[in-house]
Amino acid sequence: MLRLVARRLLQLIPTLLGLSVLLFLWLNRLPGGPASAILGERATEAEVARINRLLGLDEPVWVQYGRFIKRIFQLDLGTSTQTGRPVWEEFTLRFPATVELSVAAMAIAIVVGIPLGYFAARRRGSWLDVTAVSGSLLGICIPVFFLALLLKGLFAVNLGIFPSYGRLSTGIDATKVTGFAVLDGLLTGEFDASWDAVMHLVLPAVALASIPLAVIVRMTRASVLEVLGEDYVRTAESKGLDKRVVRARHVLRNALLPVITAVGLLTGSLLSGAVLTESVFTFGGIGSFIRTSIDARDYPVLVGFILFIALVYVLINLLVDVAYSLIDPRVRVH
Amino acid sequence: MALLSVDELSVTFAGQGGGRGAGSGARRDTKAVDGVSFEVEEGQVVGLVGESGCGKSVTALALMGLLPRKGVSVGGRAEFDGADLLSMGEKKIRDLRGSQLAMIFQDPLSSLNPVVPIGIQVTEILTRHRGLKGEPARKEAASLLDRVGIPDPDRRLKEYPHQLSGGMRQRALIAMAVACAPRLLIADEPTTALDVTIQAQILELLKELVDQQGTALLMITHDLGVVAGLCDQVNVLYAGRAVETAGRRELFAHPTHPYAHGLLGSIPRLDAPRGDPLRPIRGSINDKIAWADGCAFAPRCDFYTMECLTGTPELTEPRARGHQVRCVNPVLPAETSAGTAEVSS
Amino acid sequence: MNATPDSSPKLTKRADKIDRLAQLTERTESTSGAGLWREAFRRLRTNKAAIIGGAVIGLFVLIAVVGPWLAPYSPTAQDWRGEVFPNQGRFVGPRGENWFGLDHLGRDEFSRMLVGARQTLLVGVVSMLIGLVAGAVIGAVSGAAATLGGEPGRRVDTVIMRVTDIMLALPSLLLAVSVAAVLGQSLTTVMIAVGVVQVPVFARLLRGSMLAQGSSDYVLAAKAVGIRKRRIVLTQIMPNSLSPVIVQATLSLATAIIEAAALSYLGLGNPDPAIPEWGVMLSQAQRFFDNAPMMSVYPAVGIIVTALGFTLLGEAMREALDPKLRG
Repeated sequence: MLRLVARRLLQLIPTLLGLSVLLFLWLNRLPGGPASAILGERATEAEVARINRLLGLDEPVWVQYGRFIKRIFQLDLGTSTQTGRPVWEEFTLRFPATVELSVAAMAIAIVVGIPLGYFAARRRGSWLDVTAVSGSLLGICIPVFFLALLLKGLFAVNLGIFPSYGRLSTGIDATKVTGFAVLDGLLTGEFDASWDAVMHLVLPAVALASIPLAVIVRMTRASVLEVLGEDYVRTAESKGLDKRVVRARHVLRNALLPVITAVGLLTGSLLSGAVLTESVFTFGGIGSFIRTSIDARDYPVLVGFILFIALVYVLINLLVDVAYSLIDPRVRVH
Repeated sequence: MALLSVDELSVTFAGQGGGRGAGSGARRDTKAVDGVSFEVEEGQVVGLVGESGCGKSVTALALMGLLPRKGVSVGGRAEFDGADLLSMGEKKIRDLRGSQLAMIFQDPLSSLNPVVPIGIQVTEILTRHRGLKGEPARKEAASLLDRVGIPDPDRRLKEYPHQLSGGMRQRALIAMAVACAPRLLIADEPTTALDVTIQAQILELLKELVDQQGTALLMITHDLGVVAGLCDQVNVLYAGRAVETAGRRELFAHPTHPYAHGLLGSIPRLDAPRGDPLRPIRGSINDKIAWADGCAFAPRCDFYTMECLTGTPELTEPRARGHQVRCVNPVLPAETSAGTAEVSS
Repeated sequence: MNATPDSSPKLTKRADKIDRLAQLTERTESTSGAGLWREAFRRLRTNKAAIIGGAVIGLFVLIAVVGPWLAPYSPTAQDWRGEVFPNQGRFVGPRGENWFGLDHLGRDEFSRMLVGARQTLLVGVVSMLIGLVAGAVIGAVSGAAATLGGEPGRRVDTVIMRVTDIMLALPSLLLAVSVAAVLGQSLTTVMIAVGVVQVPVFARLLRGSMLAQGSSDYVLAAKAVGIRKRRIVLTQIMPNSLSPVIVQATLSLATAIIEAAALSYLGLGNPDPAIPEWGVMLSQAQRFFDNAPMMSVYPAVGIIVTALGFTLLGEAMREALDPKLRG
């Protein structure tokens, strides 16, 4: 097990290194380069030259790249041109909101998607199956931000069931402990704050869940259909085992293997979706921040975010690989 | 009273089955089994023989109640110990399966769950039918593996199917099948996926277990060698129907249906003169007519006459008592094959 | 089918999906793709999803071609400027003279939808083609190197695939944003940005498909009768490897249109509001969603239905070409 983790970690190095080279080149290619990104577009040539010297941009490329890498390792991602504060600080401030939202969305997608996909496969051709399949097709084809708008317009603005923006209502007094609003309320005993945070989470989480949900439903359905036709399920049936045992041990256990992999791999699109969803609901997480950073051409923030997402993505997939190998003995041996 | 008595079993698959949206023209139902009748006595070894596509595996699945309920219609009766397996409720047949009725499948690798240790796959059947759990179940499982000739059973119980060899896997499946000393064991081509050297061992093992427990064995195979070595009684199937039923010696000595005759004649023989050509049956099982219109084998038959095309031929006993043949022009000793061939042309 | 013992879970979902798609051609025995496609076409004609998808796409393309002539008004003229006051929340909904109502600048929404179809199709097709052509070149080089080049060729292949892995590891939207940031804001940017996202997908797909073909029996047979390797690649492997690429191209059209809309929403879309395009229209209209929801719904439904059409057809094609499902 440890060797597997170590090997996967080693495999990450070239990927992340390649990514950093791409990012570095990208930064240097930006219109006007970093100098104008810092000074704005109306900077004079003298100012640009001064900044370039100051930033060491007159040095050879590989020296600059070395410094770039060194700074990354020191968690020094530069300063946000919008707020003037270090990028790292901005991230840690907003990180909990995005994590909360993404976890909620993924939870919805898994809790709804797996049973739905399973029963759709069991009752193939029934109305449930037809609904699940067409619903998941729609989920893939509907732009996330439009779904978010629809949900907000219907359930928040018109029906007023859920709040339409933010993470907490203004009147609520919540003590900040971890930054995770729901958790904080539970820790401090401010249950009304927790409930308020949950209500704020519902709509964005549902909108964000649409794509992972659609993918999980389709994958589970396809996978269960395949497993149901496998010889070992027939063997299990021939032993006269309880339906529940056949389902849990022989069907689901095998059918969920590809779904588990997919869940990890959906993190990437989840984070993209978060950028869109958060900005519709002004959710105050990293996603909203990225949206404004795109508008403001806040490059240090964008670079930091891309690096961060890539890291999160590979780490989550590392976890998924480990989980996978725990379930599938065939992977473990090698 | 026979232990299992199958009477006019038929299985029909509804037209659209198979490929999704394949829609190759109109929906046509496929009759996989078309009125099969045979009997298995207590402790007897009975063979169901025929080429692929003749409905022998479907017959087995129908008896076990393992055919999908949707799109499949099953007709006829199959009395097992006095109760009809085909009309029995889902729950009742589930109780019989694994305890009184057991089955061994063709491909041992795909028939074992790849992500569950062998041990659990053996103990789960003990838990279900014999109420054994925990350590007693494990002990019993180990002794079962030992009985089917798997060395070091305690270690093997913890292993997964991919860690076992092909022969071992089939032994493990046999261990599961005999775990509750069933009264009838159905073996569907249990040796086809194995190496020739392993095949003999597995057959030997099956024979031994069946003899020990007094289990009746329904052996489904296309391999006449297996039949010759194992079966007491043989049913030759063609296109979903039994065309000849006889004791093993009687059948091998006097194959009487032209199909059985051809089947035995098509085996290459070492003792045949070198110049002798092989004598295959021409065509394939796809060249058939519906039993309702006549003999399904007629298009491939060397002996057929117009009489063969007038309705389903009846079962007769042209040669000996208990030797049933479904043919209007059986191959009888008086006739040489050349002689009948002339009649037909 | 079970995973082989040595297959470790793939690192990326897309990579995995692509590899599976690549296997579609693995077990075909035909020596030219024509038979495969004729068969697939025959199956498509009886497939409901394919018919619906095809009909939707046909209608969409028709509108894209003739839309500008059908449009009752100019899509850019602010003819009813005096009736719409976005700041006060006053909009004009559907009425006899404007079937879909007016947009926030007093332009006829129906005309803009009709004219916008062309631009939307253009964005989808061009970005798909960018991804397809660049990806196919990279994939073909990689695949050919792996099949023909021996040890050094395999090394080239590994390096190329590593690079595409890196690209796949980035969320597509951010990759597009990064590209857009370098190129500035324009329609071309959107098309390139969305296209770049598809490059690694197509590259991996074609390569995987070529490798699968390379190890198939008929290629072995061609080798055995002494046909030169380069000739085998060109005449046997390439044509047979294209099926999954074509399927993916159809599916990509759907993603491209949706992704282009998302880029517009993030403010990276076509800056010229004079040329109507559904994605841009949607991102402009969404600001007024609370007061004039229909203004967003028209372009959104256009995008969704078109994307559905391409997805349905693509999935049906994949199914029709899948040898596992063939009778």
